[in-house]
Amino acid sequence: MANHRILVTINQEVEQVDVPSQMTLMQMLRDRLAFTGTKNGCAAGECGACTVLLDGEPVNSCMVLAVECDGRQIVTVEGLAHDGVLDPLQETLIEHGGVQCGFCTPGMLISARGLLNRNPNPSEDEIREALVGNLCRCTGYLRIIDAVKAAALRQQALVA
Amino acid sequence: MVAPISEKTAPHPIGDSVERVDAREKVLGSALFADDLQFGTGMLYARIKRSPHPHALVKRIDTSKAKALPGVKAVVTGEAFPGFIGLYLKDRHIFCRDRVRYVGDPVAGVAAVSEEIAEQAVALIEVEYEPLPGVFDPEYGAGPDAPILHPKLGDYSVANFIFPKPGTNISNHFKIRKGDVDSAWPQCAAIVEHKYHIPHVQHVPIEPHVAVARVEEDGKVKLWGSSQSPFAQRNLIATALGISQSDVQVIAPYVGGGFGSKAGVSMEGLAVAIAMQVRGRPVKLRLTREEEFYTAFVRQGVVAYFKMGCDADGRMLATEVSFYWDGGAYTEYGVNITRASGYSSSGPYEVPNVKTDSYCVYTNHPVGGPMRGFGMPEMHAGLEQCIDELAYAIKMDPVQFRKINCVKEGSVLVTGMKMHPTGLSECLAKAAEAINWGKKNPPSAPNKRRGKGLALMWKAPAMPPNAGSSARVGLAEDGTVTVSVGGQEIGQGSFTIAAQMAAASLGVPYDWVRVATPIDTQYSPYEWQTVASRLTWSMGNAVSAAARDARQQILEMVAKAWNEDIENLDIIDGKVISYKSEESISLKNIVIYGIPLPDDQGWVGGPVLGRGNFMPTYVTGLDAETGQGPRAVVHYTVGAQAVEVEVDMDTGKVEVIQGVAAFDVGKAINPDMVRAQMEGGFVQGLSTALFESLQLKEGVLQNPSFVDYRIATSTDVPRHIQAIIVEVPQDDGPWGARGIGEHAMVPTIPAIANAIYDAIGIRVGAPPYTSEKVYLAIQAAGLLD
Repeated sequence: MANHRILVTINQEVEQVDVPSQMTLMQMLRDRLAFTGTKNGCAAGECGACTVLLDGEPVNSCMVLAVECDGRQIVTVEGLAHDGVLDPLQETLIEHGGVQCGFCTPGMLISARGLLNRNPNPSEDEIREALVGNLCRCTGYLRIIDAVKAAALRQQALVA
Repeated sequence: MVAPISEKTAPHPIGDSVERVDAREKVLGSALFADDLQFGTGMLYARIKRSPHPHALVKRIDTSKAKALPGVKAVVTGEAFPGFIGLYLKDRHIFCRDRVRYVGDPVAGVAAVSEEIAEQAVALIEVEYEPLPGVFDPEYGAGPDAPILHPKLGDYSVANFIFPKPGTNISNHFKIRKGDVDSAWPQCAAIVEHKYHIPHVQHVPIEPHVAVARVEEDGKVKLWGSSQSPFAQRNLIATALGISQSDVQVIAPYVGGGFGSKAGVSMEGLAVAIAMQVRGRPVKLRLTREEEFYTAFVRQGVVAYFKMGCDADGRMLATEVSFYWDGGAYTEYGVNITRASGYSSSGPYEVPNVKTDSYCVYTNHPVGGPMRGFGMPEMHAGLEQCIDELAYAIKMDPVQFRKINCVKEGSVLVTGMKMHPTGLSECLAKAAEAINWGKKNPPSAPNKRRGKGLALMWKAPAMPPNAGSSARVGLAEDGTVTVSVGGQEIGQGSFTIAAQMAAASLGVPYDWVRVATPIDTQYSPYEWQTVASRLTWSMGNAVSAAARDARQQILEMVAKAWNEDIENLDIIDGKVISYKSEESISLKNIVIYGIPLPDDQGWVGGPVLGRGNFMPTYVTGLDAETGQGPRAVVHYTVGAQAVEVEVDMDTGKVEVIQGVAAFDVGKAINPDMVRAQMEGGFVQGLSTALFESLQLKEGVLQNPSFVDYRIATSTDVPRHIQAIIVEVPQDDGPWGARGIGEHAMVPTIPAIANAIYDAIGIRVGAPPYTSEKVYLAIQAAGLLD
């Protein structure tokens, strides 16, 4: 179980970490670096609670080895707000009542962020498709879908 | 004596959809859940050796190889823990001792320096079993030929309203004998009879169970866990270990979804038992998703028989019901589901003659426990389909039939209790109107058919008659308020409700109120459990009383300082005002330091600390033979759901096009959160109707993963779910409120089943109504071209 020294950028800060070969990105984030906003719901790539952005794309961090992240960019839920200013998705998720227990919330937000980054004006079907890998047992999804729609509009207004 | 809330006090946070107290930290990712707590490098990891057999005697356990593995710090078996554990019936050991009763039953546990080493050690534990014949069907299990799974059932300690039958596998038999069904059948113009098998499902909280235990050198236990029931865990674990409740401290941060699975005690005792062997070191046990599916509580399966009859005018005359609950290996909690389904077995209808036998049966299946609805979704699944059929049998519209028979204020219920004021008729009318009942929409394609269905529900909090709540309200120098409660935030919004009620009762703005977290049995006031949709009502009463107590202390202090009559004083927006002198004073500082008397003549007041509690005192026992008694339950929350579905005749796929939910919550403290419960519950109900079942083959679970056990995703939910709030106040609810959490998923299965029937004229039978099952039913009915 050799250790590998990797350099990885997490939420715009460079971290040097020594990781064993079999350590997953989720384990590195949660157990090694205490980015506990990333949640462990199944450790099998099936629930989406551990979703992070890897070079801008949403991935299940339980299905990525930490060593694969050498030299790459990661964004976790902790990296969505800047200087106390919430990401539009975080604002609209609160406003639309899309938060209940909060356990799927980080992964849900990251998947939605990945969607809006590549498609700033998604249709409802595109939103549903983008969130299909993020299981939620509390909300019934509709308020989350509405929040993503509203965030897209708010983001467009900010850019305009 | 606590002053009542003044009419002059504007309780503005009540009925306002204020922002949740926990929303911001949850979107930031800073909200802490049990697995997020940090315990440093000394922490050990636990794994569990589990039975591969559904039923067997344990002949020998050899832990020597496991103990010899480097990195292993403790290996524990049941030998050291003879005590019993369980909520209503103590039928369970922490670790199995002489017998295993389901696949997954814990026989030994390991603590090691890593999860990997713990896992390796578990594999090195050798257990010799003598397999025994099993019970995999509750009806068979209740009969005389079944092997007996708990030969010592008669020795177990049991709550006085649970009736086990020693010498059988029946751990509770609840009976209703109201009127005389046999003399009613000849009077009936129509009778329907059906048998339903409702499968086991799982709660599937997205956060799996996790517990961290540390036992100090002096034997005191600390337990951090994802828990709906920190105080019940304190009590049950202390009792099982034979130690004081005050020497068990349970600390419970936010819960990542509960739905009942984290009520009572399930895996927490294992972590504590292992930690006792490695004193001073925290031991973490977290269930894998696979373990979550079959070793945490599951929703019991049930085989239900209904016979229901009505006269030619559509008046229900008789209902005869038998429930065979598939309680699983241990029924310590499930026995009360049997009781709850018994005392509600008429459904929300006034029926003069009812005969019910509800049996809780031990089987070699996963352990049944509380799940959102506590027997009501399973019971209503069949019952509400029979109601539709009865209506059709006398050629009456099902909505009209329900209108005639549904319970109203003063109705004599199945237990003899009289119904309190209720908005069920209004829920029915509003749901029918919202779905445009009676009008059929054209399908979206020629190979599809549309239909509408509706179902009613009722549910009472199922709990001991005297389940209590308490709360504390303290203030800081700047006048802000901290509410301490023992009820848990599991997503339903209980902390927000507590903050709203405290603000309203005290007279301060909502954003001045904080909620003390995490729940900690050493510091938080007592709460029985976060279950049964009881917090808004029960904990809410305690919070309101605590805030009124604090308010009274403040008013007495100011009255003394100003030499005024307390009747002239009020607290509005964080200020004490006098209606007489028109003076005012901010709460700032005075709530800690008191108020100086004029001319430096001393002080009045002191740190303000409000306390309040609530416990229902009026619930009576029910006769063991007839189930009759004056007051079976505290109250019923009632409601209706209506759906429109589209069935694809080529594939059998059922799509829910729209849903309507209307529930009588007494008073919506936070209307948006009430609607969110109705929507989320609808989707959980939809998921159990269309997708979910634990597939058990000779006791072995075939689908313990999200790939094989599918729950509803963002692509499965309808575009519109309309949530309608009805408010007929509860006499002893805070501002008239009663609970809504569980009710929201109760009528969904039958509403969808009735809609499928309306679409294609077929009763598909047992849920889930998967494409395959519906397609085969279409084929069997000869409806294919």
